[in-house]
Amino acid sequence: MQEEQPLKIVFVGHVDHGKSTLIGRILHDTDSLPEGKIDMVKKACAAEGMEFEFAFVLDALLEEQKQNVTIDTTEIRFKTKPRKYIIIDAPGHKEFLKNMITGASRADAAVLVIAANEGVREQSRRHAYLLSMLGIKQLIVVINKMDLADFSEKKFEEIESEYRKFLAELGLKARVFVPASAKNGDNVASASKKMKWHRGPTVLEALDLLEAQKRDVDLPLRFCVQDVYRFDDRRIIAGRIETGKLRVGDELVFSPANKASKVQSIEEWGGNAHSEAIAGDSIGITLTEQIFVERGYVASHQTDTPIEANRVHADVFWIVREPMRAGHLYDLRLATQEVKCEIVSIDEVMDSSTLEATKDKREQLERNEVGRLTLQTRSPLVIDNHDRIPKLGRFVIVDDDRICGGGTIFGGVYTDRTVAKSKNIFWVEGKITAEARAARTGHRGAVVWFTGLSGAGKSTIAQALERELFARGMQTYVLDGDNIRHGLNSNLGFSPEDRVENIRRVSEVAKLMADSGVVAITAFISPYRMDRRRAREIALEGNAEFVEVFVDAPLEVCEARDPKNLYKKARAGEIREFTGIDAPYEPPEDAEIIVHTDRQTVNESVATILEGLLPRLEPEESNA
Amino acid sequence: MTTLMTRTHLDELENQSIFIFREAYHAFKNIAMPWSMGKDSNVLIWLARKAFFGRVPFPVLHIDTTYEFPEMLEFREWAKKHHDLNLIVKINTEARERGVGYETHDPVTVTHELKTVALQQVLAEYKWDALITGIRRDEDPTRAKERYFSPRNAQFEWDYKDQPPEFWGQFATSSGKGEHVRIQPLLDWIEVDVWRYIQREKIPIPQMYFSRNGKRFRSLGCSPITHPIESNASSIDEIITELEATKVGERAGRAQDHYERNAMQKLRAKGFL
Repeated sequence: MQEEQPLKIVFVGHVDHGKSTLIGRILHDTDSLPEGKIDMVKKACAAEGMEFEFAFVLDALLEEQKQNVTIDTTEIRFKTKPRKYIIIDAPGHKEFLKNMITGASRADAAVLVIAANEGVREQSRRHAYLLSMLGIKQLIVVINKMDLADFSEKKFEEIESEYRKFLAELGLKARVFVPASAKNGDNVASASKKMKWHRGPTVLEALDLLEAQKRDVDLPLRFCVQDVYRFDDRRIIAGRIETGKLRVGDELVFSPANKASKVQSIEEWGGNAHSEAIAGDSIGITLTEQIFVERGYVASHQTDTPIEANRVHADVFWIVREPMRAGHLYDLRLATQEVKCEIVSIDEVMDSSTLEATKDKREQLERNEVGRLTLQTRSPLVIDNHDRIPKLGRFVIVDDDRICGGGTIFGGVYTDRTVAKSKNIFWVEGKITAEARAARTGHRGAVVWFTGLSGAGKSTIAQALERELFARGMQTYVLDGDNIRHGLNSNLGFSPEDRVENIRRVSEVAKLMADSGVVAITAFISPYRMDRRRAREIALEGNAEFVEVFVDAPLEVCEARDPKNLYKKARAGEIREFTGIDAPYEPPEDAEIIVHTDRQTVNESVATILEGLLPRLEPEESNA
Repeated sequence: MTTLMTRTHLDELENQSIFIFREAYHAFKNIAMPWSMGKDSNVLIWLARKAFFGRVPFPVLHIDTTYEFPEMLEFREWAKKHHDLNLIVKINTEARERGVGYETHDPVTVTHELKTVALQQVLAEYKWDALITGIRRDEDPTRAKERYFSPRNAQFEWDYKDQPPEFWGQFATSSGKGEHVRIQPLLDWIEVDVWRYIQREKIPIPQMYFSRNGKRFRSLGCSPITHPIESNASSIDEIITELEATKVGERAGRAQDHYERNAMQKLRAKGFL
């Protein structure tokens, strides 16, 4: 027997407008309370000399009963004839905004409660605003406490008309407005005799009309990578399909690297191997070509790629006391991506309750405000506009490891993949430390020392690696024969002494570059262990990371490639002491990274290097 | 090519749990998973193997109170091999040597010493920054307020009044020195979901959950304070039928919960799972 998915509903509205009472009443009327619960609460009320209220039924914790305020999201289940429900009881107390967001973000639909005697209040509006930000489209409005408004049709219509207008400004539309009295049970489970003028459904009937949130199968594919696992000989890219669907054999494009590969398999432990996966599935895939992929990458189909940007426009809501400030560096998390960001400009600020906007020059965004901001990120972000693909168009802002706000992206241009220059200015007193440089660039400087035979692919791979690092917003530069031999080392020939001096100078220059925060990639044959050891020592003296990369290919392969006809000349005796022919090559014994260019493509080689290199470039954690 | 498969409620739960497992494994360097050998615990092991393609890539911790049912210990040794687990067994020997036990002490004290304190000791030893637990919202009212990623301070306290917000699949993914985060992949599951999943996936569980001589265990803990319920349910189908009819709480047979008013809340505020 298949279990159907329960519908998740959230109750919101101003404090004391009767959310808990309505829930208590629904549970009672649908016979969903545990045995003896009502009696227990009735007894407790009698002991305290209080009148019994359905709201108390929910107040599971002692503290709540003391304060008479629901403190957090609780979860309760009930059933009607057509289906099952999970109620996420979101609180209305002003202090508890983050709990309401936590609860509401999981819901399929919302019930917004307004007390007839008080009418539309601050939180009636603010909660509706947050529902619209959180992407909840289905809404039922219950005008509660009609008993305190003489069950007046006129009063009901007044509130309905005022609130409809407000919702329309948010782009929200309530399914239905229900006049009710939760305390007495009018129009909750059964039609009220006191409000015969109401021709619409009761609360329960209205709930049964709602629809479960559908998986976004029909949107373009967005597969967000959580991790790459190598537990055995498989390299499995694990993640969740946020939207769309994916099949074995599909050609995927991974952003932001913009590399393509085909889905070789959808891996699953224990189960039947599937050839297809859809939105909502947590899956793992293998690829036909081993391109570099890491957490944060987003796979799509080639026909419908997301936007890459490092500047976004967004509506940001702020939920913590400490305001969001311009000039402060925050973490932005979008699906599995995490990048540093800061405010470029606050273009407009709106009070989430009154919807009053101000365009006055502002330097910060206060709690409960919604700002239309321009944000700059330190490295490229893969996004969609929120109105097109909500799951890739929303993010949270994190400060000091706390989630402080959320935002939705608009106005992204789908063809625009240009990278805007950062406008950050830092003032640092005294000597600039390696940590300060790493904090600015987001990575440490390093010497990446390629070694290998002529024709092994050092320059090609070095340049591909440089492009890869550059695309990530990293500072990098390749030193090779082309830019060293003709300038810095133009006075050196190919004698053994000159070769040693050549490598020594390259080592020193690379060290300086690494010290300045750059990832310096050197691409020289550098055949002698002794020379490479010295290059390492020079780098280490300067406290620079040194990563030796052995670009390995058998001599026959290199000679067959012979891109500059050097082997031919060496065989003909036109060049003397050519490495591999009449001079030795000493392969590294302990290179940090080895690539085999006879078996790996350029992309695969770069992927191997990135896997080994990127973790070494991470700035020292200043974690508590 | 198969056609688009439909997804059931159990699929939704499984996908969400796997997502949480993977987020946790990425966010924390030093993770462990307490394992009581109970049904929820075994579902966790199963989900971990699904999330990580066959293996449980972190240690599994059994807090042995020395009051375990022999049958559970047998199951532990069998399952350790079956799932290829890196099992760590922890006993609070210091408390046992002091004479703490059900023979002489009340169940809340014993549970606190032999479970919570034992957990504190082993956590200090291994310096785990996250624990994956099998807590479900429906088990107990105090658990209804939990988050998927729920921070605990160095004293193991749970500040349920000021919890971090959790939305759009983003969680609190850091802990300070001595603190840890509880990861709760089963939070949205209810008891009957657990049973349906065990049935669907054929997950090995101890036989004590099934009726023998008219009694079965619905929840399993220390032998002196865990009582079987009257039941003839000897198959998962029968258990599910039984659950759908009952209005008695799952942990009704667990004496430490009911020793005094709010016992569970007190235990949990002090760090009990």
